[in-house]
Amino acid sequence: MHLTFSDDELAFRDEVRAFFRNEIPEDVAEKQRQNVPLDREDYIRFQKALFNKGWAGYNWPVEYGGTGWTIAQKYIFSTEMADANAPNIIPFGLGMVGPIIYTFGSEAQKQRFLPDILESNVWWCQGYSEPGSGSDLASLKTRADLAGDHYVVNGTKTWTTLGQHADWIFCLVRTSSDVARRQEGISFLLIDMQTPGVTVTPIITIEGDHEINEVHFEDVQVPVENLVGEEGKGWTYGKVLLQHERTGTAGVARTNYRLKNLRAQAARSIRGAVPLANDRNFMRKLAATEVELKALEFTELRTLAAVASGKAPGPESSILKLRGTELQQATDVLYMEAAGYYALPYVPDQYVLDFPEDVRVGEGAETRSSLRYFNFRKASIYGGSNEIQKNIIAKHVLGL
Amino acid sequence: MDFSLTEVQSMLADSVEKFIANDYDFDSRQKIAASEQGYSSAVWETFAELGWTAIPFSEADGGFDGGPLESMVMMQQFGRGLIVEPYLANVVLAGGILRRVASTIQKEKWLRPLIAGELQAALAFAEPQSRYDLANIETTAKADGDGWVINGHKGVVLNGGHAGLLIIPARTSGETTSSDGITLFAVGGMADGVTRQPYRTIDAHQAAEIRLENVRVDSSALLGDIDNACAVLEAVIDEATLAVCAEAVGIMQIMTEKTVEYSKNRVQFGVPIGSFQALQHRMVDMLTACEQSYSLLIWASMANAGQTAEARQSISALKYQIGTAGQAVGQEAVQLHGGMGVSWDTDIAHYFKRLTAIGQMFGNADWHLDKLAI
Repeated sequence: MHLTFSDDELAFRDEVRAFFRNEIPEDVAEKQRQNVPLDREDYIRFQKALFNKGWAGYNWPVEYGGTGWTIAQKYIFSTEMADANAPNIIPFGLGMVGPIIYTFGSEAQKQRFLPDILESNVWWCQGYSEPGSGSDLASLKTRADLAGDHYVVNGTKTWTTLGQHADWIFCLVRTSSDVARRQEGISFLLIDMQTPGVTVTPIITIEGDHEINEVHFEDVQVPVENLVGEEGKGWTYGKVLLQHERTGTAGVARTNYRLKNLRAQAARSIRGAVPLANDRNFMRKLAATEVELKALEFTELRTLAAVASGKAPGPESSILKLRGTELQQATDVLYMEAAGYYALPYVPDQYVLDFPEDVRVGEGAETRSSLRYFNFRKASIYGGSNEIQKNIIAKHVLGL
Repeated sequence: MDFSLTEVQSMLADSVEKFIANDYDFDSRQKIAASEQGYSSAVWETFAELGWTAIPFSEADGGFDGGPLESMVMMQQFGRGLIVEPYLANVVLAGGILRRVASTIQKEKWLRPLIAGELQAALAFAEPQSRYDLANIETTAKADGDGWVINGHKGVVLNGGHAGLLIIPARTSGETTSSDGITLFAVGGMADGVTRQPYRTIDAHQAAEIRLENVRVDSSALLGDIDNACAVLEAVIDEATLAVCAEAVGIMQIMTEKTVEYSKNRVQFGVPIGSFQALQHRMVDMLTACEQSYSLLIWASMANAGQTAEARQSISALKYQIGTAGQAVGQEAVQLHGGMGVSWDTDIAHYFKRLTAIGQMFGNADWHLDKLAI
């Protein structure tokens, strides 16, 4: 056991650091600095910059155009990306459906879909949850009925993140109701959002933003070649994907960056106030959150090490999702507490590039602190609610 | 970056595990703990024969050159086995001082027999008023001719009742809480002027109140530099903190395993209690606490093995975690065992007590969180 990086890894770190400093489109970097939400094109330009560097497949094996990085390299990459306050990589293509296609898809599907995912030419979204199927995902009712060379899809998917930007959606659909277990008879289908019968309606979330949607399917014809793997096996594929998703949602590097940022701001005087660093109660809460996060950093590294030694991410990845989201939310609370009265202003119009400094309300870490707090209550709900994660761990790890 | 154990580390863990499985089951442990001496001389000899008492010492001193990682794998197993033999007091605390500051002659006199299992020793770092502040020392040593005269009261001295060698930090200059002016002395356990009041601790270990009244030592009793022992004390207590945290992680893990097992077998309302979701989620919380604690343990052990800039900070983070998560896991294990959890004859009860004792040692959770909250 040791913590040190080799000379090669240190050189790699310098290269990654330089990339995030110099190669992110300047206006996108400026939006990140000013805490301005990114639009569709911003994300695509950022991800294309990664592609041009050869790093879009940061989590992919080499044979599909990925980097084939070691754990140490992945760790360095995610740490540097967070510390540079770079945008998030939208996970639905590169993090989710890509790995599903190269693991379970046909040769034709790999050739057709993977290059556009890597190059961010196609925006994907995820169709799992339904109005009647949340934590009980296997109760999903969206149907795909086989009719010759295509399926006819009817139903509604919901909580579809950034579905308003998406070109394609990957869905869990019911292809058979005549099954012993509800988890059987579910299939994994890729659907072009431009197909007649697909409509997207916005859902406005608690903080007032349009991030999620409902996607409706009315007699949507989907060619059978868009079925991934075997019919009726979609639950198994989806479960693997959820484990990948859970590993990704821990967000350790990002939370670490946010805590460092908050610690730095706490040492400063804002608007002539006594620095927050003088407040023992606040600093103790901050320190306790930092300790838990450091623990999670090593829990994640241990999980990655297990994966690197040939194991699939197992049910332990649920611990990452559980604690990772709890710590994101604990950090959100600290940001809001640090803002004091300046958590109150709701001025959505000011979150645009180059909004005049002298009339901008709130500053630094205060910006959007309460909006983020509200928005990120979603973290313990999505990807299988944290209660579901506990059920998974109880059943599959503890054997209860 | 690498998380795998070396061959030596794996073998060490295996050999301790095997010893516990074959020779140190819970009933044997309870008999040893209830004996007059409170630990087994035969077991202690075995530890020395197997080389465990030599782990952290240099080859030149007759040891194995082990570091924090070797200590970690061994202490985790000691936790699982609920070992009562005074390893911490002898090898980690007293041995840690001797290893760092003793002269060649002093090592020959005290360290060699300590490693051989022939000398019991104790480091009397705490005083009734000191709480967790190592620099808070009222015990005085005054120069007198070519020797020193020591007066004071040392509190809760681990292994203090059995120790043939007492290592006494005493104030040779400065105010009571000054980190300058502390000097270490080697004092015989039976020396004139030493009064010992030995007792059991809540975890079936041993400690003593030790009063020193005009105890006279000559200059050969001086360990290390005059006035300059605080840094050495801190380094040794850091090492001891790491050791008990590793022990605590072993305890937390086995308590969680035993609780899960118990919940599968204990039937109430016609079903195993482990089928109740309210209990399942709490056992998941226990598992999560164990995983998080183990993660911090390997971080802190690696940081201290490599002496990275995070070494000190990692120890406070770890001890805070063990204090809070250990208490939570211990309380939950007892609760889920119901009445069995509060019965003297159940191992869970004794794991809980050792975990509780560790929580109180070398700075509790609040003490260490304060160090991080700056």
